[in-house]
Order: sequence, then C-alpha cells, then structure tokens
Amino acid sequence: MIADQLIPWAIALPLLGAIGLWLARDHANVRETITLVTAVTLFVIVASFFDDVSSGARPAWTYGDMLPGLSIAFEIEPLGMIFAGVASFLWIVTTLYAIGYMRGHHEPNQTRFYICFAVAISSAVGIAFAGNMLTLFVFYEVLTISTFPLVAHSGTEAAKRAGRIYLGILISTSIGLQLVAIIWTYSLTGTLDFEPGGILSNDIQPVIIAVLLALYVFGIGKAAVMPFHRWLPAAMVAPTPVSALLHAVAVVKAGVFTVLKVVVYIFGIDLLRDVGAGTWIAYMAAMTILLASLVAMTKDNLKARLAYSTISQLSYIVLGAMMASGLGIIGGAMHIVMHAFGKITLFFCAGAIMVASHKTEISQMRGLGRKMPITFICFLIGSLSIIGLPPFGGVWSKWYLALAAAETEQVIFIAVLMISSLLNVAYLIPIVVRGFYNDPTAETHDHDQHAGEGDHAHPSQHLAGDASGPHQLKLAGLAEAPPLCLAALAFTAMGCFALFFYADTLYQFVSPIVQGGPQ
Amino acid sequence: MIEAQLPVLQIIIPLMAAPVCVFLRNATATWALATIVSWITLAISIVLLRQVIAGGEIAYEIGGWAAPWGIEYRIDLLGAWVLVIVSSIGAVVMPYAKVSAEKEIDKDRLYIFYAMLLLCETGLLGMTVTGDAFNLFVFLEISSLSTYVLISMSRDRRALTAAYRYLIMGTIGATFYIIGVGLMYMATGSLNIADLATIIPDVAHTRTIQAALAFLTVGLATKLALFPLHFWLPNAYAFAPSVVTVFLAATATKVAVYAFIRIIFTVFGTVNVLTDVAIHDVLAALAIVAMFAGSAVAIYQTNIKRMLAFSSLAQIGYMILGLSLNSDAGVSAGIVHMFNHAMMKGALFMAMGCVVYKIGSAQLSDMAGLGKKMPITMAAFVLAGLSLIGVPLTVGFVSKWALIQAVLERDGWWPIAGLIVISSLMAVVYIWRVVEVVYFKEPANGAMEKDEAPMSMLVPMYALVGASIYFGIDGTVALDISTEAAKALAGGHQ
Repeated sequence: MIADQLIPWAIALPLLGAIGLWLARDHANVRETITLVTAVTLFVIVASFFDDVSSGARPAWTYGDMLPGLSIAFEIEPLGMIFAGVASFLWIVTTLYAIGYMRGHHEPNQTRFYICFAVAISSAVGIAFAGNMLTLFVFYEVLTISTFPLVAHSGTEAAKRAGRIYLGILISTSIGLQLVAIIWTYSLTGTLDFEPGGILSNDIQPVIIAVLLALYVFGIGKAAVMPFHRWLPAAMVAPTPVSALLHAVAVVKAGVFTVLKVVVYIFGIDLLRDVGAGTWIAYMAAMTILLASLVAMTKDNLKARLAYSTISQLSYIVLGAMMASGLGIIGGAMHIVMHAFGKITLFFCAGAIMVASHKTEISQMRGLGRKMPITFICFLIGSLSIIGLPPFGGVWSKWYLALAAAETEQVIFIAVLMISSLLNVAYLIPIVVRGFYNDPTAETHDHDQHAGEGDHAHPSQHLAGDASGPHQLKLAGLAEAPPLCLAALAFTAMGCFALFFYADTLYQFVSPIVQGGPQ
Repeated sequence: MIEAQLPVLQIIIPLMAAPVCVFLRNATATWALATIVSWITLAISIVLLRQVIAGGEIAYEIGGWAAPWGIEYRIDLLGAWVLVIVSSIGAVVMPYAKVSAEKEIDKDRLYIFYAMLLLCETGLLGMTVTGDAFNLFVFLEISSLSTYVLISMSRDRRALTAAYRYLIMGTIGATFYIIGVGLMYMATGSLNIADLATIIPDVAHTRTIQAALAFLTVGLATKLALFPLHFWLPNAYAFAPSVVTVFLAATATKVAVYAFIRIIFTVFGTVNVLTDVAIHDVLAALAIVAMFAGSAVAIYQTNIKRMLAFSSLAQIGYMILGLSLNSDAGVSAGIVHMFNHAMMKGALFMAMGCVVYKIGSAQLSDMAGLGKKMPITMAAFVLAGLSLIGVPLTVGFVSKWALIQAVLERDGWWPIAGLIVISSLMAVVYIWRVVEVVYFKEPANGAMEKDEAPMSMLVPMYALVGASIYFGIDGTVALDISTEAAKALAGGHQ
C-alpha cells in the first residue's frame, strides 16, 4: 500500500525541513518559505491517510528492532489520525502567526525557534502514528527535549527557571513513572503493541491493573493531571507561538492522546470497566478540572489564566478516558480537536494583544477591544467554544462527555462538567466584556510611544521605527495586531464555528475503535 | 594458519610494542606505533569475536603445554565481547591521545606514557583472554602497575597522591585475589579455570574454599570499585591525565567486572554460590548503595571529572545489581551495561579532555558560556549525558530497559526497579547542572569566540557518541550478544 510507504516520510519531512531551515538561516524570507512549504506538504501527506483510516484500513510501517522483540513500528488508527491531523494543520496556521509575531516582536534566535518547532512537530506525528508503546515513548521523550529550547527561548532568568521546571517535571514523570509502567506491561504481557481491546488480560490482579493505570496517567506528565501540572504555567514564559501550538496543541495533546491510546489499546475499555481501576483517577481529574478553573480565575496575567484553563480542559479528556466508556473516549477524542482550535485562538489573541499593545495583564486591557475589535471578537468566539456553547464546536465534546458520565451512572461528573463551564464563563467572558464596555484605564503611556517601556515580558531589541514588520495594523483609528497574526486568529476562530457542523464526522470516525459506539 | 595463533597474538603484539616504544624515545614515533598497534589489536579482537560466534569457545594452549598444567587461553562469547570493548576503546583513544597527552604530560616522558598505555591495554586484554587463575593475577598486576604510572604522570601534583592511594588499595586488592587463588590451589591442586569448575563442587563446603571465595570477592571488588572499596577511584579519575581517565573509565573497571563474572559464574558456576552463600543479597545491597551514593555525591562536585568519576561508581552499581540477580536476564543486563557504559563514559571524559585542553581546567565555574566557545564539544557532552540519563535512542536507555526488566522478572524485587529509576533521575540533576552553566551562564571574561578542540580529538569523541546513538537505536546487537554470553556461562544461574 502506498500509504504504508508514506508513513516514514510524514515523520522525516519536518526533519528534512529543519536541515533546510539551518541552511537558510541567514535568509529570513527563504527560511520562512521553507517552513511553510514543509508544513503544507506535511499536512497533505497526513491528510492522505484519512480515507484509508476511515474505511477501516490501518496503514502500518516498521523500521526495525530497537530491543530484542520490540520494534520501532507505526500504525495509523483513528485517534492518531485525529491528533496528527490537528497538529499538522495547526502547524501551518501557527507558522503564519509566528512569522507575524516574531518579526513584529523582534525576537532573536528565530532560526533556532523554527528548527525546534519542526523537530517537535515531527515527534508529535511520531507519537500520533506510533504502533506500539515503545515507539510512542521514544517520540514522547524526543518531544520533551526538542521543546525545551523553545520554552527557554528568551534566555532570561525566568526562562531558565521555567525550563528547569519543564524539563524536571516531564522527565521525572516519564522516566520515573511511565517507563516503569511500560516495562512492567512488557513483562506482564510479552508485547507492547497497541491492540484493539487492549493487551492486558483479565487474569492479572486488579491491584496491579490499578497501579499500572496510575503509573501511566501520572507518568504521562504532558497531560498535566494534578499534581504534575506545574510545568504548564511555567512554560508560559515562552513566546506566544510556542504557547499556542505546543502548549495548546502539540505537547499537551500528545499527553492526553497518549492517555486515550493507553486506555483503549493497552488496557481496553472493557477491562477498565470490569476492574474499576480508573475511578479514583477520574476523581483526581475532576478535581484538576475544578481546581485549575478556580486558580485561573485568580490570575491577572492573560497567558497564565489560559494556562490554567488548559490544565482544566486537558483533564476533561483524562476524565473521559477514566470513565471507561465508549462515549467518554469519543468525547475525549472530539475534545482534542475542539479544544485545540478554541485554545489556539485564545493564545493567538493573547499574543496579538501583546505585540500590538504590549499588554499582558488583564486589568490593563479595559477598553482595548475598541482598538482591537477583531482580536477581541475572535477571543469571544474561542471562549464560547471552550465554555461549550453552540454554535461552536466545544458544545459537542462536552455533550458526549456528559453523556458518558450519564451512561456510566456517575452523575457527579455531569455536575463537575457543568460547574466547570460556569467557571469558564467566569474567567473568560469578563475579559471580553471589559474590553468592549469599559473605558480604557488611565494609561501611563500612549501605546503609540512604545520605546523603552518594560511593559512587555520580553526585553527585545525594540526600535521606535521597526524595520522588520509592523507590530500593529493601523486602520481606521484601530491599532490591531499585525496582519498575519490577525489572519491566523480569525481563521482558527472560524474553525471553531465550522467544527460545530463536523461533530458527526468525528463521531463516525472514532466510534469504530470503541466497538460499535455506545451501548 | 595465523588465525589459530590469534589468541596469543592479541596479547603479544601490544606487549612487544611497549619496550619498542621505550627504545624509540621520540614522542611522535611512539604515538604512531601505539596507534597502529591499537588498531591491529582491534582487528584481531573483531576476528576473534566472529570466530567465537561462528565456532563456539576457543581454547589455546600457550607453548603447546596442555592444560591444566600449562597456561591456557580460553575465549568464550563473553570474553570475546569484552576483548572487542577494550580494544575498540584503545583504538579510539590512541588518535585522541596525541594532542591531549602533549598538553598534559611532559614532552620528554611521552614515550613512557605510550609504553605504559600499551602495557595497560595488554594487561586488560590478558585478563580477558586467559583461562588460568594465576595468569589472571599476572595480567591484573601488569595493568594495575602501568595504571599507577599513568595516573602519576599528570602535571597536577594531586595526581601523585591519587596514584599512591590507588597503588596501596590496588595492591591490597590484588593480594587478596592471589591469596584466594592460593587457597583454591591448596584445596584443588589446579589453577586452570575450566578445571577448577569441575573440581570445586566436591570441595565447596570446606572452610578453605569458602575463605578463598571471600578473598576473591573482596579483592575483585576493590578492583572494580564497588562500594565501600571505591575510595581510590574518584581522585584517580579526576587528577589523572585526561586520556588516561578516558581509557581507564571505559575499560579497567569493566575488565574487573569480567573477572568477577568468571569467578562467580564459571569457577564457582556449578556451586550456585550466589544463592548458597547468599552473596547476592549483599551484592545487591552494596550495588544499590553505590547507585545512590555515587549519584548523590556527584551532584555536589565542582570538578566535573570528579563528578563523572562518582557517576561511574553509580554505573558500576548498576552492573553489579544486574549480576546479583543471578538470572540470564540480569547477567545479560550487567554485560550490556559494560558495553554501553564504556561508550557513554568514554565520550563524556573525552569531552572533558577537550575542555581541559582548551581552558586548562575542569572546574564547573570555569566552564561558563562554553556552549558558545566549544559548541561541538558541548553538544557531544549533552548527547552522552542524555545517554547517562537513559533517554530513548541512546545506549543508556537500552541498559536501563534491560536492567529494569530483569529486576521486574524477580518476584518481589519491584521496589528495586523504583530505586533504579530514582537514581537515573539523579543523573538528570548533575548533567543538568553542567548544561545550565555551559549554555545559560555568561562567561566571566566577556564574550568568547568559537575556539573548538582540534579534529584529532573531536573525531574519536564523535565516534563514541555516534556509536552510543547507533547502538541505542538498534539495541538488539549488543543485547543479543549479551544474552547469549550470559547463557553460555557455565551453570550458576537459572
């Protein structure tokens, strides 16, 4: 099958692109073109698998044995297809945004940034297409290491500290908990292949199943289940394109995707339901949802608020997985897509606000909507999707998660989801409302005179007459974000709206893996 | 025809080259001779490995005198594998040594340096190849004595003290070993290892043999620096010339582990000494303490060579832990870590050798901003460091996997798996310390332009780094050989 042979290309292409980026490091326009071409080509390759997978085929490719009896193998199935599709599609959009942002903000080390981005996307695709747990773990670690230079990009003390926390938590959980779980699984079953229905059998003692599940869920630090969540707010010190793609899409979705994959293909939904091993972790996830939302309400820094919102939203997916029901898996998979689009919109808006007006704290953003209406409207759209209101995509994933809770007779989780939606309103909507309805706060400076203020977190080489790209789009009395940034965030906001109508496609796509859908 | 003589040629060629070096006197000529000899030695060991894989154990009688009275060389899969490890490290170190040794050792002594290096390699190869317990002592002393000289050749005054301490402890260790051999000879009348393996079961219950086992274990434990007999190692590695440290860290302790395996699993193989005498609990406990103590002390070191030395103590703990499991999987994990650690530590110490060559110091505080001045060297350090942590796609991961899997196969030993993992995470801390200073700190005396180490140092270093990544992506080669070697060890394990 041609599709089989394309798999290694999907993974190798961003790496080849990275080499091209290094060669073009002194020619910014060539470099940006290479990134875009690579991103588009990658998406085309990934999209080409869609028909095969939806018809039930599972394109597969094996590289060779890494350890005796364990190979680096790839196999594409619906969950992986969704993750890879989202990651590769949003890479294109984020690249456009990043070009606008990095130039508008005069960021240094841009080549390193684009190269690390490419490697990170390659490892995300590797995770998505992994055919066994060893392959997934390999690319999971590569993702951690390749995103580290992105987190510590600005090299400031705060960035170094953030890098330490990021690397520390992610490597500790992955080597300390996840690796142990993987080797233990291997010694229990003799295989690490992902099989529909799981590879762990009923004969194993329930206690061991429960411990294994806990090792996996907490070992997958990228899913940010409390108490291993601190790396996410710490990573917000990174430039906004990094936060947008990696910490709203690639890195965090790799985490929850791995959780879903482990639940469906290592444990099997039936085994989890019989043993009930996921129940207490479901409660941890529910607690994470609520606690993170509450913390989000206290944060004045916009990116910090969005970071805690992300932690909360990720636990929706973990909750869906732990409920051990087919609808929960479907809801979780759907939420990967919906949340990705919603959150990336919000982060794009946060970055746009920072570039255009140098504001990072919400309390400073009163009345800013009148100067940046498009940005704030898109922020509203993203918020409504995250809150889960029609006509935006987020309503469907929440709907299926609530249905799963009802199906498994855990009504408390329905309550958790509803309360969380209310909390989402509380920490997202005021930003928009204040932006439009309040008068601008008495500003200490007019935002046109921007030389010298330490208002923005990044000590950039900031010139009053910036040569490499505008940091504002001045139009009819507005001071909007740079055009590329604006295009990107408008596009993803429209995506939130479009996804409302594609929920059924996603449902049909994912349901085969949960054995015929809900009972 | 010559293939039949290869076992003895493996020893004779480097052995004879050493006095030739003394006659040659000229530094460059001796270096060239040493390099060529090390490459020939490598070729011989590879051929021997292939012979053993194809045809099984090789037995060679020195001078045609039949065993057990004559000295016999016996090479099984484990021995051939260790031969390849030692000779490949030698082959990689020799080209590296030219520039590094010139910097750190007096020029008029360089010919002695190469002679001693060749003798050390001879000793290590001899320990591996021999099938006679006393002959093992002879080669043990050859390698040890040359090591003492090598360490003391550094211009650093502390090297003399370190060499002296190693001399005392090493001689005690070797003496314990030979007492053990003597006791065995008294009880059995034989010095040949294979022969001893058949006789020992009859006399295993006697006081003499139990004492012999104790002496042998303590003696070899000193040589392989198992906690608490490790005190000679940190200073010896830290203050010796960088080349010497690279060579020793990658080979000397490995061969001592090999000798240990020979005694426990071959000589005492059929007696199942580990469980009968309950050494395996003691060994496992000491190994775990070594893992933690080594990693913990490493975190606080300011001299990076010393830090890596303490890290080696922890790694030796992993090897001994694997052996103490007394199973095919465990011994295999110990053997594969011998191979993997040689590559990782060799690369790390080579990187430090490049640093010392360029800035004259191994102190962490002097290394600030080195990421900009020596990017290629520091990249090698990071890659080898990732291997030490156990990140996938490196050999360190293969070792960790094998070891944890072997531990989990044992009922009730799963907390040990947790301990292994925790000590790996400690490696993250001490590698991270270096990374942070090298890449994120500003150099004290202003911006540094790129001033890399010379190619003759970079190429061997990247040969080791490349090997550690290649064998990390394809871990099956090393693991298959190690598992086969573990199975081929005569009896002694389940």
